[in-house]
Amino acid sequence: MRSSRKSSVLFTLAAWCAALLVAFPLLWALLASFKTELEAVAVPPSLVWFDWTLENYRAVLSGSDYGAALRNSVLIAGGSSALALGLAIPAAWAMAFAPTARTRGTLLWMLSTKMLPPVGALIPIFLFYRDTGLLDTHLGVILLLAAGNLPIAAWMLYANFREVPAEILEAARMDGASLWQEVAVVLAPMALPGLASTFFLVFTLAWNESFWSLNVTSTDAAPLTAFIAAWSSPQGLFWARLSAASMLAIAPVLVIGWFCQRQLVRGLTFGAVK
Amino acid sequence: MRLWWVSLALLLLGACAPGGDGRTTLAIATVNNADMVRLKDFTRDFEASHPAIRLKWVMLEENVLRQRVTTDVAIGAGQYDVITIGAYEVPVWAKRGWLSRLDDLGPAYRADDLIAPIKAVVSLEGRQYAAPFNGESAMTMYRTDLFRQAGIEMPAVPSWEFLIRAAERLNRPQDGVYGLCLRGKAGWGENVALIVAMSNAYGARLFDEKWRPQFDSPEWKAAFATYVSALRRFGPPGAVANGFNENLAMFAQGKCAIWFDSTVAAPFLSDPATSKVSSVVGFAPAPDEGLGRSSGWLWTWALAIPETSRKAAAAREFVRWAAGPEYAALVARRQGWLAVPPGTRQSLYLDPRYRKVAPFAATTLAAINATDPVSPSVKPVPYVGVQYAAIPEFQGIGTEVGQQFSAALAGQITPEAALAAAQVAATRQMIAAGYLK
Amino acid sequence: MSAPRRSRAYLAMRGRLLVAPAVILLLAASLFPLFSTLRYSVIDYRLLASGPHRFVALANYGRLFAAPGFLPALWNTLGLIGMVLAISIGAGLGLALLLERAVIGRGLLRLLVISPFFVMPPVAALLWKNLLMQPVSGLFGWLSALLGAAPLDWFAAAPLTAIALIAAWQWTPFACLILLTSLQSFDREQREAAELDGAGAFAVFRWLVLPHLARPIAIVVMMETIFLLSLFAEIFVTTGGGQASSNLAFLVYSQVMFQYDIGAASAAGIVAVLFANLVAFFLVRAVGRSLDA
Repeated sequence: MRSSRKSSVLFTLAAWCAALLVAFPLLWALLASFKTELEAVAVPPSLVWFDWTLENYRAVLSGSDYGAALRNSVLIAGGSSALALGLAIPAAWAMAFAPTARTRGTLLWMLSTKMLPPVGALIPIFLFYRDTGLLDTHLGVILLLAAGNLPIAAWMLYANFREVPAEILEAARMDGASLWQEVAVVLAPMALPGLASTFFLVFTLAWNESFWSLNVTSTDAAPLTAFIAAWSSPQGLFWARLSAASMLAIAPVLVIGWFCQRQLVRGLTFGAVK
Repeated sequence: MRLWWVSLALLLLGACAPGGDGRTTLAIATVNNADMVRLKDFTRDFEASHPAIRLKWVMLEENVLRQRVTTDVAIGAGQYDVITIGAYEVPVWAKRGWLSRLDDLGPAYRADDLIAPIKAVVSLEGRQYAAPFNGESAMTMYRTDLFRQAGIEMPAVPSWEFLIRAAERLNRPQDGVYGLCLRGKAGWGENVALIVAMSNAYGARLFDEKWRPQFDSPEWKAAFATYVSALRRFGPPGAVANGFNENLAMFAQGKCAIWFDSTVAAPFLSDPATSKVSSVVGFAPAPDEGLGRSSGWLWTWALAIPETSRKAAAAREFVRWAAGPEYAALVARRQGWLAVPPGTRQSLYLDPRYRKVAPFAATTLAAINATDPVSPSVKPVPYVGVQYAAIPEFQGIGTEVGQQFSAALAGQITPEAALAAAQVAATRQMIAAGYLK
Repeated sequence: MSAPRRSRAYLAMRGRLLVAPAVILLLAASLFPLFSTLRYSVIDYRLLASGPHRFVALANYGRLFAAPGFLPALWNTLGLIGMVLAISIGAGLGLALLLERAVIGRGLLRLLVISPFFVMPPVAALLWKNLLMQPVSGLFGWLSALLGAAPLDWFAAAPLTAIALIAAWQWTPFACLILLTSLQSFDREQREAAELDGAGAFAVFRWLVLPHLARPIAIVVMMETIFLLSLFAEIFVTTGGGQASSNLAFLVYSQVMFQYDIGAASAAGIVAVLFANLVAFFLVRAVGRSLDA
């Protein structure tokens, strides 16, 4: 219908304006990363007509080991997400398909473990890690982040699994499928969007986590959060370089997000799909 | 599922550390200011001249670094072999026995070349516990062109009244120029440092001989009221969120007529690449009220070796090289005299090659020499430190007091109420810490 | 050749075994810090002080409650959560409604909208504070000067609002995505039928769409609340504390970062956990029904 075409165009226009508005601070930082330090804080601000420079990226890449930080971030975020999901999938399966009276309580208890501010546990964990040699190792951070994100993962997977019709799983069971086959062959493909989006959410949360990742690492396992902390608020003008560092830190996640966005969106349905 | 196995494999791979190659590896924790970044850039030179030592760097911004290193050293985790700490930490940590003595670094280090107050501030009972890397005091920076236009002449040693009168005349917000820029951001190293140093000039002190906080003294009331009224009337809007960096950005953009802050701003302001006003910036001493102390402060970032380090010999090698004249000469050769870490050695300020490129050299040296960390106030005090008190509790007290100061600047409370609240907070903490009953 | 039908009890036991690893890790990861924190909260443990750690019973708690900044911190915690929820869900809903009807470049639109979620909280706070909200050199100040108004000094006049804005910017993408997918799965035919019946767009929204969104909104509320209870990076970077903008998590954090007083930090941490559980209890009562449909 003509009127619906017109309204579609209007909506598209409005959506683009809104999206640009939301992403604007980030786009502004992207612009600032190509300006000189003086230009970045100049008022009136310049939009396009300024001296574009790659100096900030050069300074940031040569002044810190971006490659090592990126590698550590990928290992830590990937490892902790894999571990969290590895533990959460069986748990979510059990809570969704074999619920007991305690299931709801367990879920809520899991969420409540996130309520203790991590700072309160800093010293005990620090001492424990020192004595067990886990300080400044990837494994050390992975364990902490996995424990931190496990409740979120379990909860999201639980909500996703509940939308998978139990009859299909029961049919597979009756056909003689083992538990492993039931989960890996039957459940996983149907819940793939949910698995992907949960993994991505947990991955992003681990990527941006800036307390444990800074406190239990020093030289070997320092991820991108330490990279960013190296470029913020030294004495002097730093916003252009911080913008460049931030772009470098965000880019990998954005790239991954771009490639799996359709899965992501489907996976966040929380079972409203019929 | 495959993704999971791959991740697990990666994680196991990553968790395995590669084997060593017989060299000693030093873990160095440092703050990320320009001088330190430059030192890190010279790693290869150090490793070339000291082939048995490898350097690994942990570079973080000041607050994060301080928390990490303090936690590590206090618990004795031993993750770092060389740490960068400030003048505030040195006496406190030395007293706890956490730092190795560094008064025997050898003749090549030339400890006698250190500027006297700088050396005093990293020593405890006459023994040096840290090697100063860069140092700073405070001075007045102003726009010579605006002064000339208004017919004002900066005296040899300005007073606060003079600066405020000048700021009043030069304050033109409609043209985007503010008369007086000062720190307003809450923090024991931000606004508190400035205001405490300023209060010294008014004859105030942080604690009396019995450790009783003095925020309710008439000197403090005078100093703080002056600060608040001057900044509110002739300062930029948003001053309450402005620390050193923000004010530097504003002055470099030409938005401030007068700025009183750290001497490390001088190289930034004199460089046309980072400052729009590089040709019209003038330097004058810190304001003085004529009572015997100026408003200047004293700070240094110094390299220290924790007692828990197991590579003390290699660490001393590094400290001797980095904080000694050898590194300064190397930097001067490669990157010019302005790149040499300032504020620690007299030889730098006496060198004509440095003075040629640094118009602020004489003022900076005079500012540092005008401070006395052992006797920072006109009245006697039980603590060491010019803009802080070198007691463990000061960081907490300073944080709370800084928030009150900020609230007064923002207009949320009156200056008197802020001082009263600061007095209550400080007293509470001193009682809890056992200094007072 | 058919496998014996597995009994209910067998499934239930299997279920418990499967949940066990997750529960064990979480138990270890949460009970260990919880008990340590409890233990430290009743002793005098300051990193920089010398001497043995004396047992002081409830002295740390007493000092915490007596501190003038404690009650404001509680209120600020609630205020912050409320503001961020309102802004992020409101803006998220608006964005979702727009994005649902857009037809060109939906992939790029989604990427733009979700991008704030990827920024590290300290970086986001620095961006907003210096590039946008700074009255003299920030973009907002310049825009308001263009419009003839005086630039707003965000962190002096309305610090909590400013921080809420920054946090809401980071969480709006999350809310938007969840609401968007829910909208997209909404039965198109039902909506068109209602429109044919003469219902206006607003009525359709209020009586058909909104109830359908009750569940995703409840999920967003639960998830955001959990994270917002422990928000501190934004406060630390912008105002550095102060009664007008500290929340409970920041109190805990400042005890560790500035006072190095582990005893006081632990006491504040225990109080924070209790407070958070209280909030969660009321939250579940309010939205719990929508959660399990």
